[in-house]
Amino acid sequence: MSAPLPNRNVHRFAVFTAACTFLLLIAGALVTSNDAGLAVPDWPLSYGSLTPPMVGGIFYEHGHRMVATFVGLLSIGLAIWLWRVERRPWLRWLGLSALGVVIGQGILGGMTVLFFLPPAVSSAHAALAQIFFCTVVSIALFTSSWWERTRPSATDFGSPRIHSLAAAVVAATFVQLILGAAFRHKGFGIIPHLAGAAVVTVLVFALARALRRRFAGVPILQSASRMLHVLIGTQLLLGGAAWWSRVYAAPFPQPIPVMVSLTVIHTVMGALVLASTVLLTLACHRIVLRSGAHEQAVERSSQPSRPRHASL
Amino acid sequence: MKSGNTLLLVAGALLVLGLLGCGRREEISEAPSEGPPPANPAAKPVDPATAGAISGFVKLEGTPPRMRSINMAAVPSCAKIHSTPPMTEDVVPGDNGTLQNVVVYLQGDFSQYSFPAVTTPVTIDQKGCLYVPRVVALTTGTPLRIHNSDSATHNTHPLTRNNSEWNETQAVGSPPMERLFARPEVAITLKCNLHPWMTAHVAVFSHPYFQVTGQHGSFDLKHVPPGTYTVTAWHERYGTREQTVTLGPKGEEKISITYKAGSE
Repeated sequence: MSAPLPNRNVHRFAVFTAACTFLLLIAGALVTSNDAGLAVPDWPLSYGSLTPPMVGGIFYEHGHRMVATFVGLLSIGLAIWLWRVERRPWLRWLGLSALGVVIGQGILGGMTVLFFLPPAVSSAHAALAQIFFCTVVSIALFTSSWWERTRPSATDFGSPRIHSLAAAVVAATFVQLILGAAFRHKGFGIIPHLAGAAVVTVLVFALARALRRRFAGVPILQSASRMLHVLIGTQLLLGGAAWWSRVYAAPFPQPIPVMVSLTVIHTVMGALVLASTVLLTLACHRIVLRSGAHEQAVERSSQPSRPRHASL
Repeated sequence: MKSGNTLLLVAGALLVLGLLGCGRREEISEAPSEGPPPANPAAKPVDPATAGAISGFVKLEGTPPRMRSINMAAVPSCAKIHSTPPMTEDVVPGDNGTLQNVVVYLQGDFSQYSFPAVTTPVTIDQKGCLYVPRVVALTTGTPLRIHNSDSATHNTHPLTRNNSEWNETQAVGSPPMERLFARPEVAITLKCNLHPWMTAHVAVFSHPYFQVTGQHGSFDLKHVPPGTYTVTAWHERYGTREQTVTLGPKGEEKISITYKAGSE
């Protein structure tokens, strides 16, 4: 019996939600880089209104809230739609989880305002944003026709397993984003973030190398290997540029466009790196069999009548 | 141990080392308890028969840095107030090579003395989308009165370490607001989050021996009881300078405090 066709519309909606979430990340980064985090002193309303005058820092802070509200509404729609049409229970629950995360994000955002930007809360707000983005991106992948039709087509005989290596890259990248957020929100100095960059770079290069060597006949994994190099190289350059821009902008009385641009681009590029590594990890789980699983599959398929426990 | 696992282990160790955080960029104190420190019940007023004065100038050696223009284009109601863009005011030279906006104060043990409360507010105005004056000093019992003379909404957010933090908005035409700082702190930066170029500084003391230098770059601390004190100068860009002064009964000490341009 063939698998049912994927619901292309829910996939498109998930992709749209992910794209809007990316715009929300940009909006959030603009708030921090423009030093507008407390331009609106009240929450959930803005100056007691849903439509305050969009001047000065209010433009960035309230603009961020507006985009966040829109993404929240999209998340509600996505969760409902998945619940109604999706045949995989775990994916229905994932849609609900994404909704829970975005509600938590809203609450954390309110706390940053009401408690005057405590570094821990602001950093948690930034970290949860990444989790939400990766969740929505994952939903987009799981609802895609590629995911539905793809079956394992390669075996991993290397060590560490590609799945473990990819997961380690995701974990390290996530920690690195937290360290970056803590730096931007004045919780840490730059040193932990630099140390994290070194760790992520080493792991990304190791993953790219493993993909290139172990899966030469799998085009999508070869492309992923090249993409990893491009992403990490770009992000390292952006990090250096962002740091330079902060030093250059320090004597100015207000955030200057070059500093705002470079720090925002570096921040959202970090989100793209994380999301890409999450997608790659999921793709590896879909495409690549572990060597032990492969051998079991071969043994089962070659001797179907042999009893499970052979007699001595 | 296989090389791949070793790689993961090393990477994990590096990550942990990074997470240990080689020093925080800012030390953030615990939330301060409300209220000023309790007064000494045995404190007595300063005896005018023995009180003296410490006076002098704060000088700036070298060429003052070039001030930068403030871009208010994003807020038309602010930009239209100025025929030419205003300049930053973090370094304002005074007459004859002196430096303005320096908070000069005494550090010492004043716990045995009581001082009359100063209830006349110290005023900062939001005018031309700038804080005027940029640097003020007051005692813990003195209100800070903040006006909004602009046709633009402002919010005032003090970045405190030892005092309670707040973030208050003043719309166009709002009455002045008054706030007290309960604990000494040098210095609290005031920010307007709507207009990021707006900055002021408030120095708070538990005694009256402080002054902010003006056009002449001078200070004159009167009614100082005899003793040995550290005369401290604080500037928002150049930091602090200290000198030890010993004041005898009815003494008058004149000192000069010097900052070097480019020493920040």
